[in-house]
Amino acid sequence: MRLEVDIRKTLRSGARRFELEASFSSQDDLTVIFGASGSGKSLTIQAIAGLVRPDSGRIVVGGEVLFDNSQGIDLPTRERNIGYLFQDYALFPHLTVRENIAYPLKKTWYFALLPGQHHEVEEIMAAFEITHLAESFPSELSGGQRQRVALARALIKKPSILLLDEPFSALDSMLRHRMRMELLEIRQKFAVPLVVITHDPADVEVFADTLVVFENGGVKEVDRRKQQPEPALANTWRQKVCWRAKWEQEQALAE
Amino acid sequence: MPDLSPLWLTLRIACFATLFAFGFAVAFAWITARFSFWGRDLLDAILTLPLVMPPTVLGYYLIVVWGRNGWLGGWLNEHLGITLMFTWQGAVLAATVVAFPLLFKSARAAFEGVDTEYEKAARILGDNEMQVFFRITLPLAARGLVAGTMLAFARAMGDFGATLMVAGNIQGRTQTAAMAVFDAVQVGDYRLANTLVAIMSVVCVTILVMTNKLAARRQGGTRQ
Repeated sequence: MRLEVDIRKTLRSGARRFELEASFSSQDDLTVIFGASGSGKSLTIQAIAGLVRPDSGRIVVGGEVLFDNSQGIDLPTRERNIGYLFQDYALFPHLTVRENIAYPLKKTWYFALLPGQHHEVEEIMAAFEITHLAESFPSELSGGQRQRVALARALIKKPSILLLDEPFSALDSMLRHRMRMELLEIRQKFAVPLVVITHDPADVEVFADTLVVFENGGVKEVDRRKQQPEPALANTWRQKVCWRAKWEQEQALAE
Repeated sequence: MPDLSPLWLTLRIACFATLFAFGFAVAFAWITARFSFWGRDLLDAILTLPLVMPPTVLGYYLIVVWGRNGWLGGWLNEHLGITLMFTWQGAVLAATVVAFPLLFKSARAAFEGVDTEYEKAARILGDNEMQVFFRITLPLAARGLVAGTMLAFARAMGDFGATLMVAGNIQGRTQTAAMAVFDAVQVGDYRLANTLVAIMSVVCVTILVMTNKLAARRQGGTRQ
């Protein structure tokens, strides 16, 4: 999957001004956008999803041009076929788990799914092991359960890419580790490329086949795991932020 | 048995007025809650004005606009031969305007209370703006809307001043319960006054209790 982002956007709030100039591309199915809060990473994935309109530039996902101001292309959010996991999941509080997951399939006012769609909902709930929660409301779920429901809802329409905004920040550290592993499994099962936004080095370690480092509204560095000849010794961002890489580096030096 | 016909007229007027007020209030509340534009605060102030203005002043404005020679009323009279003055439809107009701000204020607060992240999520999941409104925004704001509707209904039922200016106090045609109470007291018919006052009070208390119950009963409708 190829993701190409080359966008500019200026935000003004009173006297404050924030300039985003994000340009990177990724060939990998696992991409991490890493940076401190306020570095522009959230704004970038919101632009990919169509929630924010860049002032200029171009966004291409898997060969499809989603935005290109020079050609006058700006696909509406609903037509981008993108999965998006919000930081606090944004499960609709007035709908049950089943209704939340079926939401993208159902486009009429009244709740009537085709038999095939019912089957799809049941299947994805089984895949995420949340069938027993089908009639619960989001407020009755734990953090991990909410995340699974949100993932099932995001994936049921088979999006071309899944964007995850700080997916583990709302979870405790024990659960965080488990959900990382689950997410990797899900990626394989659903064959969907992931773009993970994070400020947690542990996410970089697990997900960053391509690592894009953001700083002050711009891309500071793009690093591809597969191109690294040796994991040790190279003084890149990955080495700086990953405890294991750092540890391995120290071990190598000690020897 | 005292003549209770003003009561039925009042209910009819209040029902229509609430219906009209609901449509306008929801539309304006959504626009002011979701869009930031020049003059928004002024628009909000103008729409809230009927809440604080003396009802007679409000009635005067309505006559200026909807009277036989008014801006809109003149046109209606000339082209369709219709006038709202001294008709029960005129009373509906007055009650609509009086009830509107209560619904508008509740609806705006309700819409502002709906986290826009849910709307963004719905767009990403394939909804157009109409679907977002009817499937997400409206149901999540329902609590505030129901409460506002109930209050507006109660207010529409009880209007006196504006209705009197626009529709007059014609027995059997435009005399609402509030006016019938006034007349009854004037002529010393306390039996009729007591009956009407008791019924109106019970209806209003019932509405307020129902509003609270409805608001408390909705499951899962609050923000996470």
